[in-house]
Amino acid sequence: MTTSTPERETPGTPERETPGTPARETTDSATSRLTGQSRSLLAGPDRGRVNRNALRGRPRLYTSYAGDSALLNTPAKRWWTLAVILLALVLPFWLTRDLSHLLSVAMVMAIAGIGLNLLTGYAGQISLGHPFFMALGAYTGAVVAGEPGSIVIGWELDLGIALVLAAVVPGLVGLVVAPLATRVRGLYLAVLTLGLLMLGEQVFKQWASVTGGSGVGRAGALPVLFGNDLEQTYAVGPLLIEPHVSLYLLCLVLLVALAVAARNLARSRTGRAFAAVRDRDIAAEIMGVNLLRTKTLAFVLSSAYAGVAGCLYAILIGRVAPEQWNILFAINLLAIVVIGGVATISGTLIGAAFVVLLPRLLEWLAPWLPFVSTGSGGLITIFQLESILFGALIVLFLILEPRGLFGLWHRIRTYFTTWPFSY
Amino acid sequence: MSAPLLRAEGVSLRFGGNVALDDVSFEVRPGELFAIIGPNGAGKTSTFNCISGVYRPQAGEITFREESVLGQRPDRIASRGIARTFQNIELFDNLTVLENLLLGRHHVMRAPWWKAMAWLPGTSREEYAARLEIEYLIEFLDLTAVRRHPVGILPYGIKKRIELGRALAMQPELLLLDEPVAGMNAEETEDMARFILDIRSELGLAMIMVEHDMRLVMDLADRVMVIDFGRRIALGTPQEVQRDPAVIAAYLGGATDDVLESVREELS
Repeated sequence: MTTSTPERETPGTPERETPGTPARETTDSATSRLTGQSRSLLAGPDRGRVNRNALRGRPRLYTSYAGDSALLNTPAKRWWTLAVILLALVLPFWLTRDLSHLLSVAMVMAIAGIGLNLLTGYAGQISLGHPFFMALGAYTGAVVAGEPGSIVIGWELDLGIALVLAAVVPGLVGLVVAPLATRVRGLYLAVLTLGLLMLGEQVFKQWASVTGGSGVGRAGALPVLFGNDLEQTYAVGPLLIEPHVSLYLLCLVLLVALAVAARNLARSRTGRAFAAVRDRDIAAEIMGVNLLRTKTLAFVLSSAYAGVAGCLYAILIGRVAPEQWNILFAINLLAIVVIGGVATISGTLIGAAFVVLLPRLLEWLAPWLPFVSTGSGGLITIFQLESILFGALIVLFLILEPRGLFGLWHRIRTYFTTWPFSY
Repeated sequence: MSAPLLRAEGVSLRFGGNVALDDVSFEVRPGELFAIIGPNGAGKTSTFNCISGVYRPQAGEITFREESVLGQRPDRIASRGIARTFQNIELFDNLTVLENLLLGRHHVMRAPWWKAMAWLPGTSREEYAARLEIEYLIEFLDLTAVRRHPVGILPYGIKKRIELGRALAMQPELLLLDEPVAGMNAEETEDMARFILDIRSELGLAMIMVEHDMRLVMDLADRVMVIDFGRRIALGTPQEVQRDPAVIAAYLGGATDDVLESVREELS
């Protein structure tokens, strides 16, 4: 198996993270009676504490469960995360307005992708209806914090309130739909959620006072966050924070917060229940997992993520029409999950960046690519190439590396950590 | 004589015209190792499925600690203290051994999702406490070397042990073992027998075991129930059951007088 992670050093008896934890709690456990040894080590004078010298130069020696199950449990992960976050903070000041806007869109798509990954990747409930929930979020945000127009309503409240409601409203709608969705699975669920998408599109087209109506659309929420109008340029020390930069930073903060929350959820009791329902639902139920509640929770949470993403998306794009929340959008979201890697959060980030940035990359490369026309002539246009590449990539990933870009990265990492051995 | 932990009375289960269980009654006492044997298709696993809430029998009553389990959802029954393993391994293949075992503690843990998302101290404390419990089990079942491996890639014998561990992690009062040594070689069978004996002596769990390995059943079980075609044909100590002509008939097809008699009755 080339895919398995190399065995980490884990002590059989961990140190309790907090010295104040009473030892009694651990020694009285029922299962500890099956093995006597661990108990005595924990109850000893050191309480399983590890000598500091033993840790030196052994970054992968875990001496507590907290260290072992931390989100960033290796020094490499910690440094990389720090580097990526620093880079992400610096980029908007350095890149052009156009490019940082594109990155903002990628981050918003990543939020939606994480939501979908919670539902599809972790809980195994495939959904094509995600754009519907994004639309709900977008319109909730637009109504709450948007500008009223000749037909559309808008209350011009703060974006903070709008973002919260943009999570709550789709979440509640998800709660209403979930009882239906939890009764079916697999292909049937995909078709059911597709029906939701179509239903939503018609409603959005007709409900002009909220959506602006078919073909017209409306602007998203006004970016006034906690009383600060993000459309103005602010000076923080020597830094000038332009509107596109502040939007970018808003997206970044939300993305980091929501991604960390999703990762935390994934490593908790609830996340394990999601995965259990995905792998074997009957067995999960016999293990004490409430199927209905778990599936409903996955549905509601992923709808809420989609809602937040939808609200930000409408702000970034500027104007959203009811027609754009269509099946193509749903497939784009699924592509983010599949290409990035099913049931990984970091993979979803890479997937979103990939899917959003690929068209731009192709545009740049077009002059050097044979057969591709930028204007007239040539065999195929840049847009055709984009769709072809997209489709081909999905097929290739499904066949060659179902765990997506994350899996690819994982393989490369495993290769180097175990080098010169192949296992 | 203490009150029975589990009592099944006149349990009948039908799938259309197909009778899976026909008026089956038995009691399991606290701390007892109760074995159910019978030829293939006799209704052993169906009995388990009735107890753990997967099937709902058409007639009869099953009570656990004097309280009915019928009509309750499987997850509710699990949290009342009935854990089980499966004949065909039902592990969560994409999860690691650790995660599979931690899943057994699902119903013991309480942290709600919103606390988990923020990884509040309550969540982490509960998580690490569960992990400690699991580590005892991992050590006991000798799974240390594979604890981080996804279960899907592990060999059969180890998977059987993981299933036992997952059931134990639930801290049950009654453990249902569905063919714990099916398909195992002599050495693995012996290991499993030792685990079962250890669990019994250390934790004092009541267990119901469905098994085809007669030597294991006769060596370990306190009492044995034999079912054939959904009907209880014998119940007693291993020695009693072994001598029972109906049992011999069911297993060897020997036509003793009363078997012939009952066959005649049924045909007429």
